[in-house]
Amino acid sequence: MGEKMAVNGDTAIAMAWKQINPDVVAAYPITPQTIIVEAFSDYVHDGEVDTEYVCAESEHSALSICVGASAAGSRVATATASAGLAFMWEMLYIAASMRTPIVMAIANRTLSGPINIHCDHSDAMGARDSGWVQIFGENVQEAYDNTLIAFRIAEHMKVRLPTMTCIDGFIITHALERFEPLDVETVRNFLGPYQAVRPLLDLKNPTTYGPIAMPDYYFEIKYQQAVAMEEALKVTRDVMAEFAEVSGRKYDLVDGYQVDDAEYVIVAMGSTAGTLRYVVDQMRADGKKVGTVKVRLFRPFPMEDMAKLLKGKKAVAVMDRAMSPGTGGALYSDVLQSLVGMDDAPLVINYVYGLGGRDVMPGQLTGVFEDLIKGNENRINYMGVRK
Amino acid sequence: MNLKELTHSEVRMCEGHRLCAGCAEPIIARQVLMATDKPVIVANATGCFEVSTTIYPFSSWNVPWIHTAFENAPATMSGVEAAYKSLKRQGKLDQEIKFVAFGGDGATYDIGFQSLSGAIERGHDFMYVCFNNEAYMNTGIQRSGATQMGAATTTCPAGSCIPGKREFPKDLTKIVIAHDLPYAAQASPHNWKDLISKAKKGFDTPGPAFLNVISPCPRGWRHDGSKTIAISKLAVETCIWPLYEFENGKWSLTGESLRIAEGTREKRPVLDWLNSQGRFKHLTKGKFTSVADDIQKNIDAKWEQLQKLCKM
Repeated sequence: MGEKMAVNGDTAIAMAWKQINPDVVAAYPITPQTIIVEAFSDYVHDGEVDTEYVCAESEHSALSICVGASAAGSRVATATASAGLAFMWEMLYIAASMRTPIVMAIANRTLSGPINIHCDHSDAMGARDSGWVQIFGENVQEAYDNTLIAFRIAEHMKVRLPTMTCIDGFIITHALERFEPLDVETVRNFLGPYQAVRPLLDLKNPTTYGPIAMPDYYFEIKYQQAVAMEEALKVTRDVMAEFAEVSGRKYDLVDGYQVDDAEYVIVAMGSTAGTLRYVVDQMRADGKKVGTVKVRLFRPFPMEDMAKLLKGKKAVAVMDRAMSPGTGGALYSDVLQSLVGMDDAPLVINYVYGLGGRDVMPGQLTGVFEDLIKGNENRINYMGVRK
Repeated sequence: MNLKELTHSEVRMCEGHRLCAGCAEPIIARQVLMATDKPVIVANATGCFEVSTTIYPFSSWNVPWIHTAFENAPATMSGVEAAYKSLKRQGKLDQEIKFVAFGGDGATYDIGFQSLSGAIERGHDFMYVCFNNEAYMNTGIQRSGATQMGAATTTCPAGSCIPGKREFPKDLTKIVIAHDLPYAAQASPHNWKDLISKAKKGFDTPGPAFLNVISPCPRGWRHDGSKTIAISKLAVETCIWPLYEFENGKWSLTGESLRIAEGTREKRPVLDWLNSQGRFKHLTKGKFTSVADDIQKNIDAKWEQLQKLCKM
């Protein structure tokens, strides 16, 4: 084990990159991700990594560079947020379709407009269907741990899909927390050397990357991505188990807290999950049968795990830190889908919350539990908005 | 360099592609790829050349080739080159490899301009080759920033009020040269010796190199497919597409353009160029003939300026 220290989430990710020593990093600065590339630039300019660091002139180019570098046969990392992720949108699908196992850190920030630099999950939700594995971290420790886990998932021969690790902008990216890195040898043994598949730089086996596929082949290529995503579910579980062995930190695709005998449950992703455990403890002390579920793996969505945790509950609230105007949030749809066909399925309602960095107070989450207990059947609710 | 030797060079892009008969792009690409004996990795922007050479599960490419999107061939190539540099530095690779990116004028002058500028500024060791056919041909002949004034395209048609494109094209080669890169040039496929020697310089120069090549499109320019080489030659002879290079800060005219400047070859009137293609036919008679005069004046002024830059 490495020493305990206090760093912010962005720095923890940069420290993970330093230990991983990727062959190529290409990125473009954007708040609240910038600390990652600043810290990593120090390592590059002080000769502490072998990485070729490309300061791209835009996020679109940054991800294009990553795709080129990954196809060439190198281990690649990048990071972005908000508008930067939106600007990458076209390339997200291409990275996934070309099966380039790039790992990207997302400092979750809302999308304009109005322009706002603070946290919500709108950016990552826009990437939901792009074919990337998406992992959400709750705190600084998970920001670091998820980065290591992500490379193993992305590079697994049954997956070979790009993977993004998300942490809440400012709340985690900029907040100092106690954290415990692994030592570099453990990290490098855990990851192993990078194994390229048909790299462009293999001159003896010239490969055509990114041909045009007409209606006679396109669908099969997309189907293969769906199969790889299904594999990613099992692979993530296995990698997390292996990570527990080397780190002592046990993670699951979805983590339940006080759910076994709970009647009312709130489901959330990101930093709010920590606040929810505090709220659950408070309410448990008052004799309320409440629990909470944290979603760590968002794509592929662990539907069976979710169904198991929510079976037999009276009511569930799903917290979405993003919205799809005209319907509920994306997490809400996924939780509902997980429960289809379940006998006596709980009532599931949706709370859109915390948009544009609006603070999430424990009292508000207590209020959500109270809504559930009172029998609120309103499907889509907005927590903490002035109407 | 002689033709006989060139015919024995490795076939890097092979037959069976679906480009139109008379398309200049494969002619240019083959000439470029003949210009180095070193292994080559090719990147391609979206466009005719990309879709026609890689219809899955077929490929015309005997060398490693990558396409990711329309506006980012320079960035994609930057990534490949960055990986090469990194792996070489780490001792995981030892072969010398050359990198070349191809894109049409839409991908180069317009949508991919930022990506090109960024890759050149960062100094990646690669050559970018623009097939300048002066419009978006893959989507059906729409106007681009490279379209000649007066040319009819499907988004700037020869109307009864507006005779084709109203603006002169941007001078991309000069814009690229403003990056102070090690090597940039304009070329034409009719003068294979000039083009290949420029491509060779581009490959051999450390750092970024840029080659802008006029690329007649029989479909979009409305000429017979057998006239491609004759029309590319006419572009140079009328000085609408002068052959020149910018090498380590020095501008030089080459090929026919040098001979025109020296007075040993005739500079032909732009009407010869306009008459050779259907896209200009509305300018050669009727109420819009004054546009042809404007084009001639523009060519003359730019030619004077270029000769000064080349110290002629």
